[in-house]
Amino acid sequence: MTLIAETELQSFVLLRLGDRRFALAANQIAELVPPSRIFRFPHHTSEVEGVILRRGRIVPVCDVAEKLIGKGLKSRRFYLIAQRCYGAQTEWVALPVTGDCELINAEMTLPSDTDSPHVSGWLSHAGDVIEVLNLAALTPGPNEIAPVTAPPQPLEARP
Amino acid sequence: MRPNSPIKTPAPRTEQIILFRVSGQLFAVSSASVQEVRGVDSLSGAAKEISQPTLHKVKHVVRRGENSVYVVNAAMHFGLPPAPPALVFVLRRTRTALLIDGIEKMASMTRLQALPLAFCHEERGWYRGLTALDQSVVPVVKPDGFLTPDELFLLDASLSQEADAEAIRVAEENAQGGIDTSIAQ
Repeated sequence: MTLIAETELQSFVLLRLGDRRFALAANQIAELVPPSRIFRFPHHTSEVEGVILRRGRIVPVCDVAEKLIGKGLKSRRFYLIAQRCYGAQTEWVALPVTGDCELINAEMTLPSDTDSPHVSGWLSHAGDVIEVLNLAALTPGPNEIAPVTAPPQPLEARP
Repeated sequence: MRPNSPIKTPAPRTEQIILFRVSGQLFAVSSASVQEVRGVDSLSGAAKEISQPTLHKVKHVVRRGENSVYVVNAAMHFGLPPAPPALVFVLRRTRTALLIDGIEKMASMTRLQALPLAFCHEERGWYRGLTALDQSVVPVVKPDGFLTPDELFLLDASLSQEADAEAIRVAEENAQGGIDTSIAQ
């Protein structure tokens, strides 16, 4: 006999990058802010464009569009500020997005072994299948291997 | 009954910093880390050329007492477009002198934020952190981040080789001129 995990709706924020939509768990989102001045200084982390100042915090701007849709963003409408975990530490990162964001409740399907590390799950919403993003695999961090959310094995009741 | 004494909030700790430019880019360094500020012209007599093929950012060395102080071109260090430097910072408790374009101003820093962890390459060794000043963000450099221990080792070795070569050359010249160096010494 196999027990299937109960259906559980979770909150996600849908973000738009060009023609595609992606999702992040809502509990990872700090805020959505209009584009502000990016401060740039010399560094060698190509995924980071620079930093913005937000509520007294200095927040790195990571354009993830190159990795997700194959091209960088020419225009941006907002910065979605999300919490990125580095081990026990959490920091804000600003993700440029090209359109409005939407909060939805949906059931997440866990990723398979063949999915990219940046996929932490899948949503089905309004006729679209949407990747739920794993920020740790998508944004840079020091000396770490991006954790991949391994799909839990279905519970199996043994006689 | 005595009136309540006003609550005193401790004054925020501040650090004096020097804002300086390199190829148009603004940086900050703690003023306590700067031992001397000199014009590049004043170096020309004291500096000796040094060539380490893997370290293009260092072209000169200055003797200061027992130590050799290596002159680092800040623009090359940061990978910025070259610009003619006008000033040199001699950095305290390091063996580095830094070629910069100019000083912007002195300022007080009340908060230094650690470099966000998203920055994960050499820059982690370059900066102490970032500070917000006048609605702008300025990287605060690490004085000992301009030359790594490995780079200092390479430069010292190169300097030692050059000194040995120079000693041999002088000895050969003296031998050709018929001077007995053992007596001369």
